[in-house]
Amino acid sequence: MNGGHDLGGMHGLGPINPEKETEEAIFHEDWERKVFAFTVATGLLGEWNIDESRHARERQHPVDYIRNSYYENWLTGTENCLLDAGLVTEREIASGKADCAAAVTPPGPEQALNAVKAGGPADVDAPVTPAFKPGDRVRIKNFHPAGHTRAPRYTRGHVGKIVRIHGIHIFPDTHKDGVTEGVPLYSVRFEAAELWGPDATRGSAVHVDMWEPYLDKA
Amino acid sequence: MPHDGHDHDHTEPPSDIALRVKSLESLLIEKGLVDPATLDALVDRYEHRVGPQNGKKVVARAWTDPKYRDWLLIEPNAAIGDFGFKGRQGEHMVVVENEPKVHNIVVCTLCSCYPWTVLGLPPVWYKSAPYRSRAVSDPRGVLAEFGTTLANDVEIRVWDSTSEMRYLVVPERPAGTDGWDAPRLEKLITRNSMIGVEKAKSPDEIEEAAE
Repeated sequence: MNGGHDLGGMHGLGPINPEKETEEAIFHEDWERKVFAFTVATGLLGEWNIDESRHARERQHPVDYIRNSYYENWLTGTENCLLDAGLVTEREIASGKADCAAAVTPPGPEQALNAVKAGGPADVDAPVTPAFKPGDRVRIKNFHPAGHTRAPRYTRGHVGKIVRIHGIHIFPDTHKDGVTEGVPLYSVRFEAAELWGPDATRGSAVHVDMWEPYLDKA
Repeated sequence: MPHDGHDHDHTEPPSDIALRVKSLESLLIEKGLVDPATLDALVDRYEHRVGPQNGKKVVARAWTDPKYRDWLLIEPNAAIGDFGFKGRQGEHMVVVENEPKVHNIVVCTLCSCYPWTVLGLPPVWYKSAPYRSRAVSDPRGVLAEFGTTLANDVEIRVWDSTSEMRYLVVPERPAGTDGWDAPRLEKLITRNSMIGVEKAKSPDEIEEAAE
Protein backbone atom coordinates (compact mmCIF):
# COMPACT_ATOMS: atom_id res chain seq x y z
CA MET A 1 0.00 0.00 0.00
CA ASN A 2 1.09 3.56 -0.65
CA GLY A 3 1.06 4.34 3.07
CA GLY A 4 2.79 6.66 5.47
CA HIS A 5 5.52 4.07 6.01
CA ASP A 6 6.85 4.26 2.43
CA LEU A 7 9.14 7.19 3.09
CA GLY A 8 11.98 6.92 0.54
CA GLY A 9 12.41 10.23 -1.29
CA MET A 10 9.98 12.31 0.78
CA HIS A 11 10.90 15.91 1.57
CA GLY A 12 10.15 18.18 4.49
CA LEU A 13 10.61 15.74 7.36
CA GLY A 14 13.31 17.84 9.00
CA PRO A 15 16.88 17.25 10.17
CA ILE A 16 18.00 13.86 11.51
CA ASN A 17 19.48 15.25 14.75
CA PRO A 18 21.16 12.00 15.79
CA GLU A 19 21.86 11.56 19.47
CA LYS A 20 25.51 11.07 20.30
CA GLU A 21 26.21 7.36 20.01
CA THR A 22 28.03 7.09 23.32
CA GLU A 23 25.14 8.75 25.18
CA GLU A 24 22.14 7.09 23.54
CA ALA A 25 20.02 4.75 25.65
CA ILE A 26 18.41 1.67 24.08
CA PHE A 27 15.02 2.73 25.45
CA HIS A 28 14.18 6.33 26.30
CA GLU A 29 11.06 5.67 28.37
CA ASP A 30 10.01 2.67 30.43
CA TRP A 31 6.87 2.26 28.32
CA GLU A 32 9.06 1.73 25.22
CA ARG A 33 10.70 -1.18 27.01
CA LYS A 34 7.28 -2.68 27.71
CA VAL A 35 6.07 -2.24 24.11
CA PHE A 36 9.22 -3.87 22.75
CA ALA A 37 8.86 -6.81 25.14
CA PHE A 38 5.18 -7.57 24.67
CA THR A 39 5.39 -7.08 20.92
CA VAL A 40 8.17 -9.67 20.62
CA ALA A 41 6.53 -11.95 23.22
CA THR A 42 3.09 -11.95 21.57
CA GLY A 43 4.76 -12.48 18.18
CA LEU A 44 6.16 -15.74 19.58
CA LEU A 45 2.60 -17.04 20.00
CA GLY A 46 2.77 -17.78 16.27
CA GLU A 47 -0.62 -16.24 15.54
CA TRP A 48 0.80 -13.84 12.94
CA ASN A 49 3.95 -13.58 10.84
CA ILE A 50 6.40 -10.71 10.28
CA ASP A 51 4.60 -9.38 7.21
CA GLU A 52 1.27 -9.35 9.00
CA SER A 53 2.88 -7.40 11.85
CA ARG A 54 4.45 -4.93 9.41
CA HIS A 55 1.13 -4.44 7.65
CA ALA A 56 -0.59 -3.92 11.00
CA ARG A 57 1.61 -0.82 11.47
CA GLU A 58 1.49 0.38 7.87
CA ARG A 59 -2.26 0.47 7.60
CA GLN A 60 -2.62 3.33 10.06
CA HIS A 61 -3.61 6.76 8.77
CA PRO A 62 -0.43 8.19 7.18
CA VAL A 63 -0.61 11.27 9.40
CA ASP A 64 -0.65 9.07 12.51
CA TYR A 65 2.17 6.84 11.23
CA ILE A 66 4.48 9.77 10.53
CA ARG A 67 3.59 11.73 13.66
CA ASN A 68 3.86 8.77 16.05
CA SER A 69 7.13 7.81 17.63
CA TYR A 70 8.55 4.44 16.66
CA TYR A 71 7.27 2.46 19.62
CA GLU A 72 3.85 4.15 19.38
CA ASN A 73 3.63 2.58 15.92
CA TRP A 74 4.67 -0.76 17.39
CA LEU A 75 1.95 -0.42 20.04
CA THR A 76 -0.74 0.26 17.43
CA GLY A 77 0.55 -2.60 15.28
CA THR A 78 0.49 -5.04 18.19
CA GLU A 79 -3.04 -3.99 19.14
CA ASN A 80 -4.10 -4.56 15.51
CA CYS A 81 -2.45 -8.02 15.45
CA LEU A 82 -4.09 -9.05 18.72
CA LEU A 83 -7.50 -7.87 17.48
CA ASP A 84 -7.11 -9.52 14.05
CA ALA A 85 -6.16 -12.80 15.70
CA GLY A 86 -9.14 -12.57 18.03
CA LEU A 87 -6.89 -12.78 21.09
CA VAL A 88 -8.32 -9.60 22.61
CA THR A 89 -11.43 -7.48 21.97
CA GLU A 90 -11.78 -3.72 21.49
CA ARG A 91 -13.70 -3.69 24.77
CA GLU A 92 -10.82 -5.34 26.63
CA ILE A 93 -8.29 -2.89 25.15
CA ALA A 94 -10.48 0.01 26.21
CA SER A 95 -10.96 -1.29 29.76
CA GLY A 96 -7.59 -2.96 30.30
CA LYS A 97 -9.55 -5.82 31.94
CA ALA A 98 -9.88 -9.37 30.61
CA ASP A 99 -13.41 -10.60 29.85
CA CYS A 100 -12.09 -14.16 29.55
CA ALA A 101 -8.78 -16.02 29.69
CA ALA A 102 -6.97 -16.74 26.43
CA ALA A 103 -6.85 -20.27 25.06
CA VAL A 104 -3.11 -20.15 24.35
CA THR A 105 -0.01 -20.94 26.39
CA PRO A 106 2.59 -18.17 26.23
CA PRO A 107 6.27 -19.14 26.02
CA GLY A 108 8.24 -19.00 29.24
CA PRO A 109 11.53 -17.09 29.40
CA GLU A 110 13.75 -19.99 28.38
CA GLN A 111 11.53 -20.97 25.47
CA ALA A 112 11.32 -17.33 24.30
CA LEU A 113 15.07 -16.80 24.46
CA ASN A 114 15.67 -20.02 22.55
CA ALA A 115 13.23 -18.85 19.89
CA VAL A 116 14.89 -15.45 19.37
CA LYS A 117 18.35 -17.03 19.44
CA ALA A 118 17.27 -19.52 16.77
CA GLY A 119 15.58 -16.86 14.62
CA GLY A 120 13.20 -17.59 11.78
CA PRO A 121 14.75 -17.91 8.33
CA ALA A 122 12.80 -16.41 5.42
CA ASP A 123 14.29 -18.63 2.73
CA VAL A 124 12.46 -21.73 1.59
CA ASP A 125 13.31 -24.91 -0.22
CA ALA A 126 11.37 -24.66 -3.44
CA PRO A 127 12.10 -25.99 -6.92
CA VAL A 128 12.15 -22.52 -8.45
CA THR A 129 14.61 -21.39 -11.12
CA PRO A 130 15.40 -17.66 -11.08
CA ALA A 131 14.35 -15.96 -14.32
CA PHE A 132 17.16 -13.39 -14.04
CA LYS A 133 20.89 -13.54 -13.50
CA PRO A 134 23.46 -11.00 -12.34
CA GLY A 135 23.97 -8.33 -15.01
CA ASP A 136 20.38 -8.51 -16.33
CA ARG A 137 18.51 -5.24 -16.62
CA VAL A 138 15.07 -5.19 -15.02
CA ARG A 139 12.28 -2.67 -14.65
CA ILE A 140 10.25 -2.55 -11.44
CA LYS A 141 6.58 -2.93 -12.31
CA ASN A 142 4.42 0.15 -12.13
CA PHE A 143 1.93 -1.26 -9.67
CA HIS A 144 0.12 0.14 -6.65
CA PRO A 145 -1.29 -2.71 -4.58
CA ALA A 146 -3.59 -1.61 -1.78
CA GLY A 147 -2.25 -4.43 0.44
CA HIS A 148 1.20 -5.18 1.78
CA THR A 149 4.18 -4.88 -0.54
CA ARG A 150 7.91 -4.33 -0.09
CA ALA A 151 8.52 -2.61 -3.42
CA PRO A 152 9.15 1.00 -2.38
CA ARG A 153 7.27 3.61 -4.42
CA TYR A 154 10.48 5.39 -5.40
CA THR A 155 11.64 2.33 -7.37
CA ARG A 156 8.49 1.61 -9.37
CA GLY A 157 8.80 2.03 -13.10
CA HIS A 158 12.57 2.39 -12.83
CA VAL A 159 15.29 0.31 -14.42
CA GLY A 160 18.06 -1.35 -12.46
CA LYS A 161 20.57 -4.12 -12.78
CA ILE A 162 20.56 -7.45 -10.96
CA VAL A 163 23.75 -7.63 -8.92
CA ARG A 164 23.08 -10.73 -6.89
CA ILE A 165 20.62 -13.56 -6.32
CA HIS A 166 19.94 -13.90 -2.58
CA GLY A 167 18.00 -17.16 -2.89
CA ILE A 168 14.41 -18.30 -2.80
CA HIS A 169 12.59 -16.26 -0.16
CA ILE A 170 9.03 -15.98 1.11
CA PHE A 171 7.05 -13.45 -0.94
CA PRO A 172 5.85 -10.77 1.52
CA ASP A 173 2.87 -9.58 -0.54
CA THR A 174 1.07 -12.91 -0.09
CA HIS A 175 2.76 -13.86 3.20
CA LYS A 176 0.77 -11.04 4.77
CA ASP A 177 -2.31 -13.20 4.04
CA GLY A 178 -0.69 -16.25 5.60
CA VAL A 179 0.54 -17.80 2.33
CA THR A 180 4.13 -19.09 2.25
CA GLU A 181 5.26 -18.77 -1.36
CA GLY A 182 8.93 -19.03 -2.27
CA VAL A 183 10.14 -16.78 -5.09
CA PRO A 184 13.60 -15.63 -6.18
CA LEU A 185 14.95 -12.62 -4.28
CA TYR A 186 17.50 -10.35 -5.93
CA SER A 187 19.62 -7.34 -5.07
CA VAL A 188 18.88 -4.72 -7.73
CA ARG A 189 21.18 -1.76 -8.25
CA PHE A 190 19.68 1.56 -9.40
CA GLU A 191 21.94 4.40 -10.44
CA ALA A 192 20.94 7.51 -8.48
CA ALA A 193 20.15 9.53 -11.62
CA GLU A 194 17.70 6.82 -12.77
CA LEU A 195 15.71 7.25 -9.55
CA TRP A 196 16.10 10.94 -8.79
CA GLY A 197 16.90 12.62 -12.09
CA PRO A 198 19.23 15.57 -12.51
CA ASP A 199 19.26 16.44 -8.78
CA ALA A 200 20.65 13.02 -7.83
CA THR A 201 23.81 12.69 -5.77
CA ARG A 202 26.44 12.13 -8.43
CA GLY A 203 28.28 8.82 -8.33
CA SER A 204 25.83 7.09 -6.04
CA ALA A 205 23.58 4.09 -6.38
CA VAL A 206 20.80 2.50 -4.36
CA HIS A 207 20.62 -1.27 -3.92
CA VAL A 208 17.18 -2.63 -3.14
CA ASP A 209 16.15 -6.23 -2.45
CA MET A 210 13.42 -7.18 -4.92
CA TRP A 211 11.32 -10.34 -5.29
CA GLU A 212 10.88 -11.65 -8.81
CA PRO A 213 7.15 -10.85 -9.12
CA TYR A 214 8.09 -7.12 -8.90
CA LEU A 215 10.35 -7.35 -11.95
CA ASP A 216 10.00 -7.19 -15.72
CA LYS A 217 12.84 -7.69 -18.18
CA ALA A 218 14.09 -4.29 -19.35
CA MET B 1 -5.62 1.90 37.21
CA PRO B 2 -3.59 0.80 40.25
CA HIS B 3 -1.33 3.45 41.65
CA ASP B 4 2.36 2.84 41.18
CA GLY B 5 3.98 3.52 44.54
CA HIS B 6 7.41 4.06 42.95
CA ASP B 7 6.40 7.28 41.26
CA HIS B 8 6.31 9.55 44.31
CA ASP B 9 9.35 11.57 43.43
CA HIS B 10 8.13 12.19 39.87
CA THR B 11 6.41 15.54 39.62
CA GLU B 12 4.70 14.86 36.28
CA PRO B 13 1.83 12.38 35.97
CA PRO B 14 2.37 9.45 33.59
CA SER B 15 1.73 10.35 29.96
CA ASP B 16 -1.27 9.08 28.00
CA ILE B 17 0.94 6.70 26.08
CA ALA B 18 2.50 5.31 29.27
CA LEU B 19 -0.99 4.65 30.65
CA ARG B 20 -2.13 3.02 27.40
CA VAL B 21 0.91 0.74 27.43
CA LYS B 22 0.50 -0.17 31.08
CA SER B 23 -3.15 -0.97 30.47
CA LEU B 24 -2.39 -3.29 27.53
CA GLU B 25 0.48 -4.97 29.37
CA SER B 26 -1.71 -5.74 32.38
CA LEU B 27 -4.46 -7.02 30.07
CA LEU B 28 -2.00 -9.35 28.31
CA ILE B 29 -0.74 -10.69 31.63
CA GLU B 30 -4.25 -11.09 33.06
CA LYS B 31 -5.40 -12.97 29.95
CA GLY B 32 -2.38 -15.25 30.03
CA LEU B 33 -1.11 -14.05 26.65
CA VAL B 34 2.34 -13.17 27.97
CA ASP B 35 4.46 -14.47 30.83
CA PRO B 36 5.91 -11.52 32.83
CA ALA B 37 9.21 -13.41 33.26
CA THR B 38 9.44 -13.66 29.47
CA LEU B 39 9.02 -9.90 29.10
CA ASP B 40 11.91 -9.32 31.52
CA ALA B 41 14.10 -11.89 29.76
CA LEU B 42 13.56 -10.30 26.34
CA VAL B 43 14.33 -6.80 27.61
CA ASP B 44 17.45 -8.05 29.38
CA ARG B 45 18.72 -9.72 26.21
CA TYR B 46 18.22 -6.75 23.91
CA GLU B 47 19.13 -4.05 26.41
CA HIS B 48 22.23 -5.70 27.87
CA ARG B 49 23.42 -8.81 26.00
CA VAL B 50 23.18 -8.05 22.27
CA GLY B 51 24.61 -4.87 20.79
CA PRO B 52 27.31 -3.24 18.67
CA GLN B 53 29.96 -4.93 20.82
CA ASN B 54 29.19 -8.03 18.72
CA GLY B 55 29.70 -6.27 15.39
CA LYS B 56 32.93 -4.69 16.65
CA LYS B 57 34.40 -8.15 17.24
CA VAL B 58 33.46 -9.22 13.71
CA VAL B 59 34.98 -6.13 12.09
CA ALA B 60 38.17 -6.17 14.17
CA ARG B 61 38.75 -9.80 13.23
CA ALA B 62 38.15 -9.01 9.55
CA TRP B 63 40.73 -6.21 9.80
CA THR B 64 43.37 -8.46 11.33
CA ASP B 65 42.74 -11.82 9.65
CA PRO B 66 42.57 -11.78 5.82
CA LYS B 67 41.18 -15.32 5.69
CA TYR B 68 38.37 -14.37 8.06
CA ARG B 69 37.69 -11.22 6.02
CA ASP B 70 37.28 -13.33 2.84
CA TRP B 71 35.05 -15.83 4.66
CA LEU B 72 32.96 -12.97 6.10
CA LEU B 73 32.30 -11.48 2.66
CA ILE B 74 31.54 -14.82 1.00
CA GLU B 75 29.71 -16.68 3.80
CA PRO B 76 28.63 -13.99 6.25
CA ASN B 77 26.18 -16.18 8.18
CA ALA B 78 28.84 -18.79 8.91
CA ALA B 79 31.61 -16.28 9.65
CA ILE B 80 29.43 -14.21 12.01
CA GLY B 81 27.99 -17.41 13.47
CA ASP B 82 31.56 -18.42 14.36
CA PHE B 83 31.24 -15.96 17.28
CA GLY B 84 27.83 -17.39 18.19
CA PHE B 85 26.06 -14.26 16.95
CA LYS B 86 22.91 -15.81 15.51
CA GLY B 87 19.17 -15.38 15.72
CA ARG B 88 16.31 -13.07 15.03
CA GLN B 89 16.95 -10.20 12.60
CA GLY B 90 20.26 -11.70 11.58
CA GLU B 91 19.17 -14.85 9.78
CA HIS B 92 20.38 -13.70 6.36
CA MET B 93 23.43 -11.46 6.57
CA VAL B 94 25.15 -9.51 3.82
CA VAL B 95 28.48 -7.87 4.62
CA VAL B 96 29.63 -4.95 2.49
CA GLU B 97 33.11 -3.52 2.75
CA ASN B 98 34.14 0.10 2.42
CA GLU B 99 37.08 0.81 0.12
CA PRO B 100 38.99 3.98 -0.72
CA LYS B 101 36.57 4.73 -3.58
CA VAL B 102 33.40 2.98 -2.31
CA HIS B 103 31.37 3.91 0.75
CA ASN B 104 28.36 1.86 1.88
CA ILE B 105 25.41 3.09 3.94
CA VAL B 106 22.40 1.08 5.17
CA VAL B 107 18.77 2.16 5.59
CA CYS B 108 15.30 0.64 5.74
CA THR B 109 12.94 3.09 4.03
CA LEU B 110 9.83 0.95 4.70
CA CYS B 111 10.30 0.18 8.40
CA SER B 112 13.39 -0.37 10.57
CA CYS B 113 15.14 -3.55 9.38
CA TYR B 114 18.50 -3.76 11.11
CA PRO B 115 20.98 -6.56 11.96
CA TRP B 116 20.07 -7.16 15.61
CA THR B 117 22.53 -10.03 16.06
CA VAL B 118 25.56 -7.83 15.43
CA LEU B 119 24.33 -4.30 16.25
CA GLY B 120 21.45 -4.81 18.71
CA LEU B 121 18.31 -2.68 18.43
CA PRO B 122 18.51 0.30 16.06
CA PRO B 123 19.04 3.86 17.33
CA VAL B 124 16.18 6.35 17.22
CA TRP B 125 17.59 8.25 14.25
CA TYR B 126 17.81 5.08 12.12
CA LYS B 127 14.07 4.51 12.62
CA SER B 128 13.16 8.17 12.10
CA ALA B 129 11.34 9.62 9.10
CA PRO B 130 14.11 12.14 8.26
CA TYR B 131 16.75 9.40 7.88
CA ARG B 132 14.47 6.91 6.14
CA SER B 133 13.25 9.48 3.62
CA ARG B 134 16.58 11.01 2.62
CA ALA B 135 19.22 8.26 2.93
CA VAL B 136 18.20 6.98 -0.52
CA SER B 137 17.70 10.32 -2.28
CA ASP B 138 20.41 12.48 -0.68
CA PRO B 139 23.05 10.22 0.89
CA ARG B 140 25.76 12.89 0.74
CA GLY B 141 23.53 15.33 2.60
CA VAL B 142 22.66 12.69 5.19
CA LEU B 143 26.33 11.83 5.72
CA ALA B 144 27.08 15.53 6.21
CA GLU B 145 24.54 15.59 9.06
CA PHE B 146 26.73 12.99 10.79
CA GLY B 147 29.82 15.08 10.12
CA THR B 148 31.00 12.69 7.41
CA THR B 149 32.35 14.13 4.18
CA LEU B 150 33.62 12.03 1.32
CA ALA B 151 35.62 13.08 -1.72
CA ASN B 152 33.51 13.64 -4.83
CA ASP B 153 35.01 10.65 -6.57
CA VAL B 154 33.93 8.21 -3.86
CA GLU B 155 30.95 6.13 -4.97
CA ILE B 156 28.20 5.95 -2.36
CA ARG B 157 26.24 2.70 -2.30
CA VAL B 158 23.01 2.85 -0.34
CA TRP B 159 21.46 -0.47 0.76
CA ASP B 160 17.69 -0.27 1.33
CA SER B 161 16.82 -3.30 3.50
CA THR B 162 13.45 -4.16 1.99
CA SER B 163 13.74 -7.93 2.52
CA GLU B 164 14.92 -10.18 5.37
CA MET B 165 18.53 -9.72 4.22
CA ARG B 166 20.42 -7.74 6.90
CA TYR B 167 23.39 -5.54 6.07
CA LEU B 168 26.59 -4.91 8.02
CA VAL B 169 29.22 -2.43 6.83
CA VAL B 170 32.90 -3.15 7.39
CA PRO B 171 34.43 0.33 7.65
CA GLU B 172 37.92 1.03 6.36
CA ARG B 173 40.68 0.28 8.84
CA PRO B 174 42.07 3.66 9.94
CA ALA B 175 45.62 4.66 9.10
CA GLY B 176 48.20 4.52 11.88
CA THR B 177 46.99 1.22 13.30
CA ASP B 178 49.68 -1.10 11.96
CA GLY B 179 50.42 -3.84 14.43
CA TRP B 180 47.30 -3.19 16.53
CA ASP B 181 45.58 -6.33 17.75
CA ALA B 182 41.85 -6.92 17.48
CA PRO B 183 40.85 -5.81 21.03
CA ARG B 184 42.69 -2.49 20.54
CA LEU B 185 41.13 -1.98 17.11
CA GLU B 186 37.63 -2.55 18.53
CA LYS B 187 37.94 0.80 20.32
CA LEU B 188 38.01 2.55 16.92
CA ILE B 189 34.87 0.84 15.63
CA THR B 190 31.56 2.55 16.28
CA ARG B 191 28.00 1.39 15.73
CA ASN B 192 27.53 4.26 13.28
CA SER B 193 30.56 3.16 11.26
CA MET B 194 28.97 -0.28 10.86
CA ILE B 195 25.75 1.33 9.55
CA GLY B 196 27.90 3.45 7.25
CA VAL B 197 26.99 6.96 8.39
CA GLU B 198 30.46 7.54 9.83
CA LYS B 199 33.99 6.26 9.34
CA ALA B 200 35.82 4.33 12.01
CA LYS B 201 37.65 6.60 14.46
CA SER B 202 41.29 7.47 13.96
CA PRO B 203 43.82 6.66 16.72
CA ASP B 204 44.02 10.42 17.45
CA GLU B 205 40.29 10.62 18.14
CA ILE B 206 40.30 7.95 20.82
CA GLU B 207 43.45 9.37 22.42
CA GLU B 208 41.74 12.75 22.66
CA ALA B 209 38.69 11.10 24.20
CA ALA B 210 40.87 9.35 26.78
CA GLU B 211 42.57 12.59 27.86
